[in-house]
Amino acid sequence: MINVIREPLIFEISSPGKTAFKVPVLDVPEKKELLAGLPLRADIEGFPEVSETEITRHFTRLSQTNYCVDLGIYPLGSCTMKYNPKINEKVASLPGFTQAHPLAPEELVQGNLELMKTLEKLLLEITGMDAITLQPAAGAHGELTGMMLIRAYHQAQGNPRKYVLIPDSAHGTNPSSAHLCGYTVKEIKSNERGTVSVDDLAREMNEEVAALMLTNPNTLGVFESDICQIAELVHSKGGFLYMDGANLNALAGITRPGDLKVDVMHLNLHKTFSTPHGGGGPGSGPVAVKKILEPFLPVPVIEEIGGTYYLNYDRPQTIGRVRSFYGQFLVALKALAYILSLGPEGIKEMAETAVLNSNYIRKNLEGLYELKYDTPTLHECVFSDKYQREYGVTNLDISKRLLDYGLHPPTMSFPLIVHGALMIEPTETESRRDLDLFIEAMKAIAREAKENPDLLRTAPHITYVRRLDEVQAARNPILRWEK
Amino acid sequence: MYPENFYYSQDHEWLKVEGEEAVLGITDFAQKQLGDIIYVDLPVVGKTVEAHQTLTTVESVKSVSDVYSPVAGEVIEVNQQLIQTPELINRDPHGEGWILKLRLKDKSELNNLMRAADYEKYLEGLEH
Repeated sequence: MINVIREPLIFEISSPGKTAFKVPVLDVPEKKELLAGLPLRADIEGFPEVSETEITRHFTRLSQTNYCVDLGIYPLGSCTMKYNPKINEKVASLPGFTQAHPLAPEELVQGNLELMKTLEKLLLEITGMDAITLQPAAGAHGELTGMMLIRAYHQAQGNPRKYVLIPDSAHGTNPSSAHLCGYTVKEIKSNERGTVSVDDLAREMNEEVAALMLTNPNTLGVFESDICQIAELVHSKGGFLYMDGANLNALAGITRPGDLKVDVMHLNLHKTFSTPHGGGGPGSGPVAVKKILEPFLPVPVIEEIGGTYYLNYDRPQTIGRVRSFYGQFLVALKALAYILSLGPEGIKEMAETAVLNSNYIRKNLEGLYELKYDTPTLHECVFSDKYQREYGVTNLDISKRLLDYGLHPPTMSFPLIVHGALMIEPTETESRRDLDLFIEAMKAIAREAKENPDLLRTAPHITYVRRLDEVQAARNPILRWEK
Repeated sequence: MYPENFYYSQDHEWLKVEGEEAVLGITDFAQKQLGDIIYVDLPVVGKTVEAHQTLTTVESVKSVSDVYSPVAGEVIEVNQQLIQTPELINRDPHGEGWILKLRLKDKSELNNLMRAADYEKYLEGLEH
């Protein structure tokens, strides 16, 4: 990073009268009366006035303080921040896609509809499900859509039911989605392996439970190996098994949620299928279902008759629209490009490499950082700061120190069942060399925690800004510039 | 550390019983786990809960956590101070950082809770 001098705010660069453009002098009479009565703003108080060079350099300098997947590893567990292949962007920026009008008649966009249908078929093959909608705008929106489908089904049977069961290791969005659908959430405890306690589930499962929402592999990176028994238990009381597919990159090409008796799931195209997210977005959260839930899917549904594609809105039991137009079309294209460029063998290799990379890190760091659950893990592993707390060093200090090594820290303090958690997910896109850089930094930090804990407690030292006051920022955020 | 006259739950809430009413807060252990608390979503007075149902949520720099009611009851008062100064929970979890007052539905439910010595033993178990 090249930042020695703090970049001023754009307001601080501003001085009155500076502009980045010059309008030619009017060569016709001015007719101000044409604008009479219109609510026009004369000026905006405090609006920055800068020249073109100043504005260009200001934002370029700011962009250089940023960290991104093109610069290095982004090991945010549970977020799956993987590299976004450039071929995806190239494909999605072809004018036939970017210039297509969302209201164009179907006969003029047959190619685009065909590609959406192709992606649907490929995702169904990967998940082993029966039907799918590409509409939801991201993962949590997918969860909400999935829960709406479940509610619609139960409602059609005469009783929407009351409860949704969610393990204590779930993504925080799961309870919110269930709650928004009018369900009361009941928590299922994890057992000593860090997986769902089947006994606890059996106690809570009854005919008032609409569904179990399960993340598999779960947020510890552990495969829920009792999933078939869990599915049977949920189905025996007429409930549905919802699978949060956020961690699908550990399973794709190896096993299929549909074969594990999952009834409804969402996929994160912006994670598993390599499209950008976290500021580079937008996301995309298709929802795949078994036949039993198909009638309730959102409209429109893409259908094909004799090689001609059309959008079907005539679906009497549909939950309606969940998104304007047809979802994130360009994101869907990028995911399609990724799947086709990998091919069936490549998809499998993606999952295998994601698991291998995570275990390579785990193996190299175990002993230096505590593993609360020593159950074998797949695509991510969760350490804690327990050994470092002895020296008064927390997961926050470790994360801040990683910034000094030029690396993005892992996810912190999640999942909640691990105190002081450091949740690491390298994904398949990291090379051995990049993994080693991360491992060496973590090893050095473990040494520093022992020998010079203050170095960690005051980190970061060489970044653009030093440690921020997170408590003040949360309690009294200053969101507007004032003179 | 943990007041003798309080009752404690496995989810780290404490109850200080006064007749048919009880003051509720979260324990010192809980506030340490959560870290700096930045917001408390206080419930409305009059809300009724069964044992183990969610009373309110507490947000810290690390996470958002539910506060469960260890027993059944009705919320009769909330600690308005927490709106402006949620850090009271960090500063004085067993005193000024109280969250709300409950009217108890069934005092015999208190028998299901731990006393200070048992709670301290329970915490030791969690450390390992």
